[in-house]
Amino acid sequence: MNGDGSHSVKEAESTMEGSEFAAEKHRIDYTGAKMGMWIFLLTEVLFFGGLFLVYSVYRAKYSGEFHGSAAGLDRFLGTANTVILLTSSLTMALAIPLLRAGKKHLSLLSQGATIFLGIIFLANKYAEWTEHIGHGIYPDSPLMVDMSRGRIIFFSLYYVMTGLHALHVLIGVAIIAGVLFLTARGKIHRYDFIKLENTGLYWHFVDVVWIYLFPLFYLIT
Amino acid sequence: MIEEELTLKEFRNKTYVIVWLCLLALTVLTVAVARLQLADYAVFVAIAIATVKSGLVVIFFMHLKNEPWILKIMLFVALLALALIILLTFSDVAYRKGH
Repeated sequence: MNGDGSHSVKEAESTMEGSEFAAEKHRIDYTGAKMGMWIFLLTEVLFFGGLFLVYSVYRAKYSGEFHGSAAGLDRFLGTANTVILLTSSLTMALAIPLLRAGKKHLSLLSQGATIFLGIIFLANKYAEWTEHIGHGIYPDSPLMVDMSRGRIIFFSLYYVMTGLHALHVLIGVAIIAGVLFLTARGKIHRYDFIKLENTGLYWHFVDVVWIYLFPLFYLIT
Repeated sequence: MIEEELTLKEFRNKTYVIVWLCLLALTVLTVAVARLQLADYAVFVAIAIATVKSGLVVIFFMHLKNEPWILKIMLFVALLALALIILLTFSDVAYRKGH
């Protein structure tokens, strides 16, 4: 994921075969790879941070309309998606120690569960958006154009923020699927798991974004 | 030997499950608090609970607790920058007349 590429994998495999010389010569830059991932995640913090800033300013300005609009969101579905995403973070977190303990199949199962939960999350999101659009609430719809300014801003932010978050979930699912494939093929193993590690960091970050989105959109009345 | 060089101290599986249970409990709490109609305080309570949840995810699931200090400083600086941006924007918006 971070350009440590196929070399370190090959080196790690030769290490496993007992060549300690190779290990001394080409150490896996675990810390560097992880730091690269963290730097990327910090840019993501500022990216979503900007959106949360816009949300806060307009919520302070149009608090009544924000509260009224939020009543139209399905609180049960929002809560269910929170539980789903938190659980998927658990399965992702467990995949690493399981792999390192040599329980490859359990780790694969754990990664598969994460993908499954991510897809369920997206399916719920799809159902939710379909319902809003069915009610005529979507950007530039005749209904929305006639809404008050505060309501238009609320629903626009809702679509942009949950949409960008859902895009992150989709990308996360795709990357975990790739990592699952590499683990099954033995390219990611108990001595070289940085790709799984960094994918996990990304997934947990996406979870953190949802932790804030959930109360800010679903729990205001 | 290689494994030691990778310097990743994992938590025990049990720890991850306990953290997950705490996250679920906090989710129930934040939904329950939203029903109380705390009006002006509701948003601060919601953000406080979300921040505790995020903290649990970052410290345990992303195991920042076991990471070198440089990563902790990096995260701190990014969050400080975000806090300053929010503070400056709000001070700007608060002192504007009209739009």
